[in-house]
Amino acid sequence: MAFLDIPNIKVSGISACVPNHKDENSSYPLEKDDRQKLISSIGVEKKRISDKNVCSSDLCFKAADILLKELKWDTEDIDCLVFVSQTPDYILPATSCILQERLGLKIECLTFDISLGCSGWIYGLSTISSIVFSGQGNIKKALLLVGDTISKMSSQLDKSTWPLFGDAGTATAIEYSTNNEDRIKFHLATDGSGANAINIKDGGYRNIFSAESLQINEFGDGIKRTNLELDLNGMDVFSFAISQAPKSVATLIERFGLKKESIDYFTFHQANLFLNEKVRKKLKLEQEKVPYSLSNFGNTSGASIPLTMVTELNESLRNKKLNHICCGFGVGLSWGSVYFSTNKIVCPDFIEY
Amino acid sequence: MKMFYGKINIKMYTIMDLNEFVEKFAEQFDETPVEEFKAETEFKAIEEWGSLTALTIIAMVDEEFDVTIKGEEIRAAETIEELFSIIKEKA
Repeated sequence: MAFLDIPNIKVSGISACVPNHKDENSSYPLEKDDRQKLISSIGVEKKRISDKNVCSSDLCFKAADILLKELKWDTEDIDCLVFVSQTPDYILPATSCILQERLGLKIECLTFDISLGCSGWIYGLSTISSIVFSGQGNIKKALLLVGDTISKMSSQLDKSTWPLFGDAGTATAIEYSTNNEDRIKFHLATDGSGANAINIKDGGYRNIFSAESLQINEFGDGIKRTNLELDLNGMDVFSFAISQAPKSVATLIERFGLKKESIDYFTFHQANLFLNEKVRKKLKLEQEKVPYSLSNFGNTSGASIPLTMVTELNESLRNKKLNHICCGFGVGLSWGSVYFSTNKIVCPDFIEY
Repeated sequence: MKMFYGKINIKMYTIMDLNEFVEKFAEQFDETPVEEFKAETEFKAIEEWGSLTALTIIAMVDEEFDVTIKGEEIRAAETIEELFSIIKEKA
């Protein structure tokens, strides 16, 4: 089974940047009762939407820029940058290469992109931690940038996606620690049989963009979108997540003999309130231990775990020693959980672009 | 693998009969009167049926039976009784 137990890893800082434009779900064009029902079920009052000329990489850049300044890290010391997103700048080159130059990082720097959504921060963290550990001290500092601008790929006329998703970019700073006790532990899993549960049909190389890709299709119930826009099967995603997310967390706890009571916060991917509350209740977790940023920022794909930590936990992150469990789950289908500790880390207030 | 939250729920997985299931099914609806729900009711024709009620049904089945029904299984069932049979097969 895909468990990882990686020593010599320290999470030193987390930051998040969101667009300043707020999109209020109270003005989403639905009948009043239906709209109220939708808002209370998904738990999203408003979310941030980026301008046409702002990309995931821009949000991540700003989050990283401010984090590096607060950490007082010299860009010369950063040997690794990983960018996780499903909304890169271009089909090619990889956005991480562009960010390496933009952040002023040296040429002796390992970079690449990972294409994952809601599980992206967990997978990115596992990858970057493995690399830093393998560097055996040669890679001292590393940056994990996770962000998405799902608003650019969802149809405003699709009530199953538009009211749910918001845009955000995040930066997580990782350091090589000489202390063998600084460990980070993961459980990671995949079920490609659910690949169609969340997908965009056209624009890749299976179905190359064509004139038909722009055609607006009707799916009943007022849902309209093109094949270039996000298609989300709520039922399939829901039944996957209520079973696999709690299982993953339970598996992580069991495999590594963790004490549930010693965990200060369980930060979950912000899928939607109805689903997240089912996950919380199945794991029998107290409300105070499970933070939410859904109401103000919506579901921000892979950025949602670090964004929630920044917006909801930053006082504690700055001032206390904390034990965390986080779980990300979604598109792929792909999911994973992580256990790690932080000790008074750098965590600036969330930044507006 | 035995999950730590599983033990506590076990007593709830005792066999529920069809009538109880129809009752549980009806409880997930806010507006439709309980009397409208029968074993042979074609639930997707109920006006209140929609993506959100579908999720509450999936969640109810997960809680009561520890069975995860998929979207395609809901799509395959016409009546409440048919859905109950699908669940019983998986339980």
